[in-house]
Amino acid sequence: MLSKGLKRKREEEEEKETLAVDAWWLDPGHPAVAQAPPAVASSSLFDLSVIKLHHSLRQSEPDLRHLVLVVNTLRRIQASMAPTVALPSVPNPPPAPSMDDNLLASSDAALSASVASLLEDLSHIEDLNQAPQPPADEGPPGRPIGGAPPSLGALDLLGPATGCLLDDGLEGLFEDIDTSMYDSELWAPASEGFKPGPEDEPGKEEAPELDEAELDYLMDVLVGTQALERPPGPGR
Amino acid sequence: IFSFSFFFFLNNSFAPLVTIVGALQGNNSDIISTVEFNHTGELLATGDKGGRVVIFQREQESKNQIHRRGEYNVYSTFQSHEPEFDYLKSLEIEEKINKIRWLPQQNAAYFLLSTNDKTVKLWKVSERDKRPEGYNLKDEEGRLRDPATITTLRVPVLRPMDLMVEATPRRVFANAHTYHINSISVNSDYETYMSADDLRINLWNFEITNQSFNIVDIKPANMEELTEVITAAEFHPHHCNTFVYSSSKGTIRLCDMRASALCDRHTKFFEEPEDPSNRSFFSEIISSISDVKFSHSGRYIMTRDYLTVKVWDLNMENRPIETYQVHDYLRSKLCSLYENDCIFDKFECVWNGSDSVIMTGSYNNFFRMFDRNTKRDVTLEASRENSKPRAILKPRKVCVGGKRRKDEISVDSLDFSKKILHTAWHPSENIIAVAATNNLYIFQDKVN
Repeated sequence: MLSKGLKRKREEEEEKETLAVDAWWLDPGHPAVAQAPPAVASSSLFDLSVIKLHHSLRQSEPDLRHLVLVVNTLRRIQASMAPTVALPSVPNPPPAPSMDDNLLASSDAALSASVASLLEDLSHIEDLNQAPQPPADEGPPGRPIGGAPPSLGALDLLGPATGCLLDDGLEGLFEDIDTSMYDSELWAPASEGFKPGPEDEPGKEEAPELDEAELDYLMDVLVGTQALERPPGPGR
Repeated sequence: IFSFSFFFFLNNSFAPLVTIVGALQGNNSDIISTVEFNHTGELLATGDKGGRVVIFQREQESKNQIHRRGEYNVYSTFQSHEPEFDYLKSLEIEEKINKIRWLPQQNAAYFLLSTNDKTVKLWKVSERDKRPEGYNLKDEEGRLRDPATITTLRVPVLRPMDLMVEATPRRVFANAHTYHINSISVNSDYETYMSADDLRINLWNFEITNQSFNIVDIKPANMEELTEVITAAEFHPHHCNTFVYSSSKGTIRLCDMRASALCDRHTKFFEEPEDPSNRSFFSEIISSISDVKFSHSGRYIMTRDYLTVKVWDLNMENRPIETYQVHDYLRSKLCSLYENDCIFDKFECVWNGSDSVIMTGSYNNFFRMFDRNTKRDVTLEASRENSKPRAILKPRKVCVGGKRRKDEISVDSLDFSKKILHTAWHPSENIIAVAATNNLYIFQDKVN
């Protein structure tokens, strides 16, 4: 499962295969292409399909047929919007084509990743529904109906509507941790101040400078042989 | 006006039976979601979005009221499915009845299967026209008698009573479908049936509710690779080992359960090559098959996709033998129909008893019939305005060009909210049932 921001590498074979099979719109001699609506219409169709996809996924239990058909159509539209020099019949090229292409390229990978992860989650969520004692057939042929181990994958790109524990990222999990330990004056010279942070980021945070005597003092405090005293200042 | 010999009805010599299932206001729960005649045609069952089943029975012939022969009246009404709440997934399971299928009658009672998205139920519908009277320990109201007042004994006798029809659930087949059930089909062995959802098909024995065999599973190991779902499935009418299922990619697979226990590998694969001149972004969506039906003879299968009905010969896999255009004028409107989701509507199709005529629904409460022999077709409308008693249904025509004739309706005036998705044809007579949203129409050939 991919986390936010990572692009999935598109398999070369997959790409070649797609072009070989579905590249009719790239053929300028094709009658459908000659009459093809301009690229602008395609982009509104693309937007419409994305809206449909989102809407479908926001259902509590998406209609799988609708979802699959919209996804397949969206992939077709996306593939046709990929930049190419072989299409002469576009009268008005879309504005800022390079930016669009980058957006398309990144959105393609991200969309594929998000759709894939969502379909994966659908299957996991559906599998959670397996009855505690699924009807299993014993002996003769047929597959017993069993449950798959439930596990939720990360849902990216489509926002909190789809609902996920990890929606806010890993950082969100740590917000509740008690940081008073890190706020204690024990650890920092009063003059420096100390930034209370949830986690110790190694290498980034400035470690308070403690000399040997201070360390001994602290050890004693911790062990309990010495009562807590005013912390020593720096450079003692 | 078309005049057909022989098959064509398009009248209703009886008052068209318009029945509103549920409230007169026609709220959502009254929307009819399935219609099915039983094997003799004596009974007609409808299921609706509210989980109710209504069964109509044909009036018996009577010398006194000969003109009333063939009328269908309500026979039984019951709540088949209730809305359920799946606590694990935190969502509601709709009570809408997706399909009803009758079992052949084997005794005095009637049996049918009804299913919602997740659960199939076997219902027994039986009559009670006698009741026991003359109990010793109870009085006629059922109250217990004081034993001290009983001085004699008598044998209770059965006396006639007003006919009571009761429906009881005999089996509940649950927890076998992860995805939404779209089809059920009774096997010709009358011992088993199958239920199909988006990705799997299960085989059941009527007597066993806690087990089912999975016979088809197209769920990919990696859901990323999911590109196709099962849309409909049906058993062969005579060969209990054979069934077909259709897909969202416009393909039909015929499977033989003798070949292997798991029918993931098909015996036959029916697919028509795509017409390159008609290709568009919506090609796949409009090729998605919404219904598949074997002919009564078992020699052909009929499939319905968005714009056409196709008849296939089981012996020829590479293309259908007949293709009928249901509403080709919509081909240029696919983008709008995609936008308003109408392109995803699932129309059903039916054969008549002799497999010579096929019927399917369309928009604007239109439905279409195609005569396979004469190649004639007709468009009719199911609406109250057009269904006066004893009136002959007038053929309708959609105008695509500029000039609209007097009785024609232009494509842009079609009402896409009035869709006829579900129709049924009597197994042996020219009687049809057409469901138009929450109204049921029954039409019959005029008896000369």
